[in-house]
Amino acid sequence: MNAKAATAETGGRQFSVHVATRTNYMILVFGVLVLIVLAVFPLFGGIPWTRRLVDFFTLLALAQLWNLMLGYAGIISVGQQGLIGMGSYALWFFADVLHINPFISVVFAGVGGAIIALPAAALVFRLKGGYLAIGTWVIAEILRLIVANIKRTGGGSGITIQAATQLGTEVRVPGTYWWGLASAMLSMGVIYFLLRSRTGLALKAMRDNDLAAESSGVNLWRAKLYTYVIAGAGCAVVGAIVAIHLLRVQPAAAFSINWTAYMLFIAVIGGVGTIEGPVIGTIIYFVLRETTSKYGEWYFIILGLLAIVVTVWSPSGIYGYIYRKTSFLLFPLQRKLAYRDEPGRATPVAAESGETPG
Amino acid sequence: MDWINAAVQGILLGGLYALFATGLALVFGTMRLVNLAHGDLTVLPAYVALMLVNAFRFNPFYSIPITMVVMFVVGYLLQRGLLNLIVGKGDVAGVIVTFGLSIVIQNALLLAFTANSQGLDAGTVENLSIKVNDRLAIGWLPLIIFLMSLVVITGLQMFLSRTKMGRGFRAISDDTDAARLMGINTKHVWAIAMGVALGIVAIGGVMMGIRTTFDPLLGTQRLIYAFEAVIIGGMGSGWGTLLGGVILGLSQTLGAQAFGSAWSILVGHVVFVAILAFRPQGLLAKTVTT
Repeated sequence: MNAKAATAETGGRQFSVHVATRTNYMILVFGVLVLIVLAVFPLFGGIPWTRRLVDFFTLLALAQLWNLMLGYAGIISVGQQGLIGMGSYALWFFADVLHINPFISVVFAGVGGAIIALPAAALVFRLKGGYLAIGTWVIAEILRLIVANIKRTGGGSGITIQAATQLGTEVRVPGTYWWGLASAMLSMGVIYFLLRSRTGLALKAMRDNDLAAESSGVNLWRAKLYTYVIAGAGCAVVGAIVAIHLLRVQPAAAFSINWTAYMLFIAVIGGVGTIEGPVIGTIIYFVLRETTSKYGEWYFIILGLLAIVVTVWSPSGIYGYIYRKTSFLLFPLQRKLAYRDEPGRATPVAAESGETPG
Repeated sequence: MDWINAAVQGILLGGLYALFATGLALVFGTMRLVNLAHGDLTVLPAYVALMLVNAFRFNPFYSIPITMVVMFVVGYLLQRGLLNLIVGKGDVAGVIVTFGLSIVIQNALLLAFTANSQGLDAGTVENLSIKVNDRLAIGWLPLIIFLMSLVVITGLQMFLSRTKMGRGFRAISDDTDAARLMGINTKHVWAIAMGVALGIVAIGGVMMGIRTTFDPLLGTQRLIYAFEAVIIGGMGSGWGTLLGGVILGLSQTLGAQAFGSAWSILVGHVVFVAILAFRPQGLLAKTVTT
């Protein structure tokens, strides 16, 4: 976070470009404290809550990856379950066939996800918008059908991950917890640093006006490809963590469209195009899950209706609504121009557009 | 002879896929909306027919016209009440809202009818077939479904080119603002288009329900088949969609013949991917749609 990225003198008046405000720093300190508590949580939190938080972090990571694709690169994917499923099966392959430690296998599963995402991107990027979305769904179905036909992994009925069961609860639960926490933090970190980089500027330019971006020298195809491959690797990592968490992989569950439903609904309800939106979305989702999950189908119906209502009446999500009321961002990515009338005081003049939710 | 049998089955199946694809293409053509709930909206009419058959105890064939009317009304109200709000607001809103709708319909059907497979019993016609020789027989039911698909697709082409409403569809498709200036009530026409699309898929949905069993989770598969038929045939081409459906059906049945039934659907997808890779505009593309 560069508080002062550049200072310029124009006609005796000093301008400076800010990204973060003082409040942001205070929240950063608070955030670091929360993170420390979360990092040591498995030592005192007990198994049930630790397991629950694994769900929370993995879903947060997925929602952030979906947010990265749509909110910044304009890719609407409804096929990420394909890469999640491949991540789960890659974990089985590395841990049970090649006998690599399951927690290290997670990294290899991520690499595998990136390798699968690359040719998939080349294919689906031939389609646009809504048809691209169905294209990603087809890729996920193809991956599911291939895996369900492999006899070695038990076909449609799936297989137990021996290496994960051999770990023992006292190692497995904290281990998956830390991986879950790391995946959530990494996905947010990747978005934050990617968007502060040159590629991030390209992505934002592309999202706001792809024609203008392309004529300014942005390589659209490559920027989209990077995003899709990063998201693919991330989804595979989450799939691998989930596989250790559940001890078992099964095509119908690992490649379930419900994965996309979760990540899409969480990101949309919270607010796409910000890092904070999916965090709020995941919290709302968890409250809903803990209170209505025993009603089964009703819970999906409520989530679906909520996503429809938000898209039609508040497309920037709940966080966008909060932002419009308070103009406050937790993770500022927007460059603001301020006029320095006296030392130590800066008056905001203008802000880069496009970063605001909605 | 087994191969010829598989080919005939594939072509007949392809007609049904084309029928589902026609509805998807019609909605995309008139309002540039990719309806991700399309698959679930082809499963819904089978349940409407099931309720009608359970209530009146008649042959499911008689339920087709009533189901078509019901689905037309559902489509009209869905478009007027919800989807008109997002038409023209970009792909993202369309995908999210129709995906949400897909999940809602799927779970509502699960809630009402459970995940158990259901069937519509049309009696003896299901087992009758035309015997060409000892090893090749063409079932009457698949043949009827194929012929009905042909009639509907031809009828839709004539509706689009000959009638005033059909010209309205095409005018809106070409230039929404200009069409509005010419006095076309776009909201009404979009709603009619959605109604017609769902009326068409209602025929396919009920027919498929008679031919095989169905359950609430079939929507995904139906959406993907319809989409593949549209892309294989080429967007914006009515007869291309029929060709796309037939190629998809053929790939599946010939794939099953060659590699066993477990690979049938996968072979269909692979053919789709090959066409997307080497001829992304489709086989009979009329216009370049970006």
